[in-house]
Amino acid sequence: MYKSNDLILRTTTSIIVFILLGFSIYLLLAGHNSPGGGFIGGLITASAIMLLYISYGSETIEKILPINYRLLVPIGLLLALGTGIGSFFFSVPFLSHTYGYFHIPFFGELELATAMLFDTGVYITVLGVTLTIILSISKDQ
Amino acid sequence: MSNLAILPIIIPLLSGIILAFFPKKLTLVRLLSKLFIIGNLLVSGFVLYTVYTSGSIILETGAWPAPYGIIIVADSLSILLVFTTNIVAAACAFYAPHSLSDRKEQHYFYAFFFFLITGVSGAFLTGDIFNMFVFFEVLLMASYALIVLGGDKIQLRESIKYVLINLFSSILFVTAVAFLYATVGTVNMAQIAQRVQEVDQQGILTTIGILLFFVFATKAALFPLYYWMPNSYIEPNPVISALFGALLTKVGIYAIIRVFSLIFIYKIDMTHEIFIWIAGLSMIFGIIGALSTNNIKLIIAYNIIPAIGFIIMGIGIFNETAVSGSIYYLVHDMIIKTALFLIAGTVTYVAGTSDLRKFSGLIHYYPVLGWLLFLAAFVLAGIPPFSGFIGKLLLLTGALSESEIAIVIIALISSLLILYSIMKIFIKGFWGVKDASFQPKSTKGLIGPIAFLLALSVILGIGAEFFIPSIENISAYLLDPEIYIDSVLKE
Repeated sequence: MYKSNDLILRTTTSIIVFILLGFSIYLLLAGHNSPGGGFIGGLITASAIMLLYISYGSETIEKILPINYRLLVPIGLLLALGTGIGSFFFSVPFLSHTYGYFHIPFFGELELATAMLFDTGVYITVLGVTLTIILSISKDQ
Repeated sequence: MSNLAILPIIIPLLSGIILAFFPKKLTLVRLLSKLFIIGNLLVSGFVLYTVYTSGSIILETGAWPAPYGIIIVADSLSILLVFTTNIVAAACAFYAPHSLSDRKEQHYFYAFFFFLITGVSGAFLTGDIFNMFVFFEVLLMASYALIVLGGDKIQLRESIKYVLINLFSSILFVTAVAFLYATVGTVNMAQIAQRVQEVDQQGILTTIGILLFFVFATKAALFPLYYWMPNSYIEPNPVISALFGALLTKVGIYAIIRVFSLIFIYKIDMTHEIFIWIAGLSMIFGIIGALSTNNIKLIIAYNIIPAIGFIIMGIGIFNETAVSGSIYYLVHDMIIKTALFLIAGTVTYVAGTSDLRKFSGLIHYYPVLGWLLFLAAFVLAGIPPFSGFIGKLLLLTGALSESEIAIVIIALISSLLILYSIMKIFIKGFWGVKDASFQPKSTKGLIGPIAFLLALSVILGIGAEFFIPSIENISAYLLDPEIYIDSVLKE
């Protein structure tokens, strides 16, 4: 039986995927002060995972990434909504965000904002939605 | 605390998210959805009580002051509609497990149900026109999922039409908001109203007003933009039809009421005169549709159009009596249309067909269902002690005081024909000889929610003395946009 040899595709993918994943995390974290944010970060992570699916096939990837992407959607929504609801406990209007300066070992003085948590929620939701759409279309019944 | 105003939006959103985690565990999901919707009903009732005792609640989200941030305005009109929405939704949540198949329930029905409630409540409560667009999309997305739930061939065909027309009107909505933003430089409704007042509503603003009217009229299924509505509303399950019939078109109507009582009110002879004509034509064409068919679901769906016509007529006449008539009729119609769709669903279920020519004599097997339908017909047509009467009486009094005789005659004749179109179901389907070969099916759990809704609309009619003063307060409030602007912008 003919078996396609996609050595070049697989080798290049294993390098490029890490660059893409790193870049998507950078975009997620950089969103506050430069272009980027949860939406574009989620899309790029999804495209990295899609690249893995394309070059290695769905059985392999489902073995190494056993994630139910459909479940990521409510998790992300819950996180984003949770940052809004959190403001109830401090008697401030809904969706009020706050920030503070923290000293973290190795990174030093950092400004951490609760808007970051909201963005992470967006990131997870976008990742879940994109992969659910693509994978449910690709699996023909 | 001002965070109260957002609770009717957050609770259904949170419920939908929680129920999306375990869609297959049906017993748990059904129990939780009933608990959540009752909780939401109680909370919105409490917010309603707070608004009526101590005035509108304005929430500036994220602590940004009014014209800059998104604001949530729970005033007497919006919170009344949110409360009614929750009543309707509660009845549907109790009807749903008995009507839907397990397979449909497992495919995230309850999650989408709660997202629909989120969108509807959000559209009622928002004080920002772009935010209103977003909540329209939230409710439309949920409705796309619900209309196609099950995936029958006919559902797929009707959902294509439904999605296309709604997508088109959403595009038009964004365009209209863009024009409005380019003209007045803000999307906050109170500030738009203030600036339109300052520049004295020039021609371009009237154009934008008409454009927005077309958008909302498409969502609300007014003449001549109703052609997509009847067929796509009857194909999904009865619960989903009931939710659509009660909520989706009414959101469009609410948007018309809000925009044309707050923003575009300085060229009334131009805009509001059109509304009266459109109202009259909606009544005529809607009732022609309802009389033309023998499909009971279609009869009910076509009956939405004249009801929307009645409500728009009050906005067109635009005096205090007529506007209170509109508000009363809006609340009455949300409840009675849900009840009628649920009745039509139950009749279709027990008779096995929705074609009136194929069954008769149901009253021998289902006396309660028959008399509930009879009562619903009376309530809908406006027979005196019931709620449809009060709304129509106010509307007609308002119209007569502005000597709009033509619309009064059309309204009276169409009321008569509405009664005929519903009574036709009763006469043809329920009267007649007992069919001995008929196999009765159990209607366990289906009658309860219908009886609950009808009891409410009877109370709404009989207790009119009690409700009318607050309805009149709402209409006085709507006719004086300064109160809204001042309460939002705090000047």
